[in-house]
Amino acid sequence: MQSSKNFLTRRRFVAMGALGGAAVAVACTSGRQGDWDFFSEAQARTLTAICDQIIPADDFPSASQTGVLTYIDKQLVRHFRRHQDAYRDGLENAEKISRKRFGREMAELSSPQQFEIVSALEQQYLDFFNLVRSHTLQGYYGSPRHGGNRNAVSWRMLGLDEPPLRGRAQYDLRKGTHS
Amino acid sequence: MKRVNAVIVGAGAGGGVVAKELSTAGLSVVLLERGKWYTANDCRKDDLRNQRTTILGNAFGPEDEGNPRVTVDAKGVPHVVLASESAYQNDAACVGGGTLSWGAQAWRYMPQDFKMRSTYGVPAGSSLEDWPISYDDLEPFYEKAEYEIGISGDYSGTPFHGPRRRDLPMPPVMPNLEFSILEPAAKRLGLHPFHLPMARNSVPYNGRGPCMRCRWCVGFVCETDAKNGSQNTVIPVALNTGNCELRTECQVKEVLTDERGRARGVAYFDSNGHLQEQLADIVVVSGGATESARLLLNSKSRLFPNGLGNRYDLVGRNLQGHHYTGATGYFDYDTYDDAGPGASIAISDYNHGTPGLCGGGMLANEFIRLPIHTLNRLPPGTPRWGLGHKQAMRDWHRRTIAIMGPTQQIPTADARVTLDPSVRDKWGMPVVRISGNVHPHTFEIGEVQAKRAEAWLREAGAIHTSVGAHRPETVSAGQHQAGTCRMGDDPKGSVVNRDCQIHDVDNVFVIDSSVHVTNGGFNPALTIMAVAYYASAALVRNWKGTGFHS
Repeated sequence: MQSSKNFLTRRRFVAMGALGGAAVAVACTSGRQGDWDFFSEAQARTLTAICDQIIPADDFPSASQTGVLTYIDKQLVRHFRRHQDAYRDGLENAEKISRKRFGREMAELSSPQQFEIVSALEQQYLDFFNLVRSHTLQGYYGSPRHGGNRNAVSWRMLGLDEPPLRGRAQYDLRKGTHS
Repeated sequence: MKRVNAVIVGAGAGGGVVAKELSTAGLSVVLLERGKWYTANDCRKDDLRNQRTTILGNAFGPEDEGNPRVTVDAKGVPHVVLASESAYQNDAACVGGGTLSWGAQAWRYMPQDFKMRSTYGVPAGSSLEDWPISYDDLEPFYEKAEYEIGISGDYSGTPFHGPRRRDLPMPPVMPNLEFSILEPAAKRLGLHPFHLPMARNSVPYNGRGPCMRCRWCVGFVCETDAKNGSQNTVIPVALNTGNCELRTECQVKEVLTDERGRARGVAYFDSNGHLQEQLADIVVVSGGATESARLLLNSKSRLFPNGLGNRYDLVGRNLQGHHYTGATGYFDYDTYDDAGPGASIAISDYNHGTPGLCGGGMLANEFIRLPIHTLNRLPPGTPRWGLGHKQAMRDWHRRTIAIMGPTQQIPTADARVTLDPSVRDKWGMPVVRISGNVHPHTFEIGEVQAKRAEAWLREAGAIHTSVGAHRPETVSAGQHQAGTCRMGDDPKGSVVNRDCQIHDVDNVFVIDSSVHVTNGGFNPALTIMAVAYYASAALVRNWKGTGFHS
């Protein structure tokens, strides 16, 4: 009884998830930027700059390009609720440094200037820096189900098949006796 | 509610086995579990929310909401901690307990592990003791566990383990690349590597198929149900007898006793939060070392003002787990073949016999790593952020091997579970408070073990190594938690007797890791199960129908 009840619930949940996913996709393609659960537009711009210094683009996308902000934004109203104040204060401090040093919003600065501000955050506000660093790495390298690591791009970067193939691929005799 | 012969609190490694053994012997059983019943369909492959990586919470319980604990730091300051934080020392809260989502290493302890005091004496400040039962007493029950749960592996490469009557029921899972790199290196060092034992089907067994070598292993429910725990072995057997009823999401409040000091059942909060009583001839406490201790301590009455079984202030003491140390090796070629479970090769050369050390532990390669785990295994000196960090992930994710091992802990009476005087859970019950530390000699052993792991990696060709041998400032219990209701012959020095029966209440049993006197240098679950089979056999032998008396 117990398991069949759970099973139905789960199926319903999966179905709802699929609908939700479709809705998000529509929202993105219709160009509705700034539909954040937690961040203001300005906060999102600042955080984008910070995250993209922590994981910059090279042959593979930067943090923000893979949805890391979506990951952080979603969790700040879920599991990371206790970090809301830290983000409010931390992003404000980043902007204070930016305006003091360069007289402009962080998002408008060049990459070397943004690097300088993130370095300053690491020195002056280490707790906040560590928090953003952890969340950025989680979003980038963690499961795509939470909004970051879009299309499993970081896993592909590391040479991991996604979806992983199983079966014959594990028993390729050309590799020797191991699987 | 209908009175039954036995009510079992906790459907994990211990309680699941007891439920099966009692119900197949014809006793009526109610099995209470505070968590839910998950199945293979609940494998979400969520790298950030599982039972090993709990950044977004515990996948298999308990929830952060309403289940706090308190841990006391090295300075004596108490902290309220959430269930998904490591200081919580969580195992799991679900049907199957830890064995739902474990890595599934299924070890026998060695004969010396049951005789630690007679082998090594008692280090100053420790409570090291012998078990009242021996490896030989448990051997038939280890075998029973290996066959009923389903264990693959091959001990034949090591001469250090105790005698056994039968080989494991399944051959090892096919070796991975790390095995083929580490095996010749170990042999060159004169060590005795072998295929470590795992509760994982390598071939079809028990009506379920073999492991498909996926990446989401330890911490996850197995997607193909090839990983064996009490939830897909003994508990279904118990339910099929028709004698056992499983009630999930039921949090037991206390063991109820009568005016003569015998248990009459338990009081629990059901899944709707209503307080219920389940009366029974016997009560079996199988909640794991932290929660079983809490339940006994919360079961206060006129005759037992300090809690059940706690006449001599022993319940909750000797909390232990394993002190994990080891090393990471970095190679100049790919060592990663994307084949789970990853952990494949072990040595038990260093569990005993090093002059000056009270024991040791086995060493084995670690489980397959997800990218999120490699973040914590980058070489020392790696830039913390920026392109250098990103490049390091690319350089090393496929080129590291980690060897770790569970150093057997030297127990101390001060490492303990008590009840917090003020913090309550969502049912209003006092929560677990954890205090004390690991005995310093355990750290010394762990440091030697880490250097041994490093030497093995060097011999295997690692171009860099980094040693991981920290000295944490709090107890280590977590998924390997044990020791809080020590088994012994002396009622003044132990909580339960050799049959896991509380010394001064003959119809209450503690059957889980709590009774482990010492915790071996191995993952403890198979020993929990073997002891559960052993204790159940004694219980059934002494069962004389309703009105149980031993």
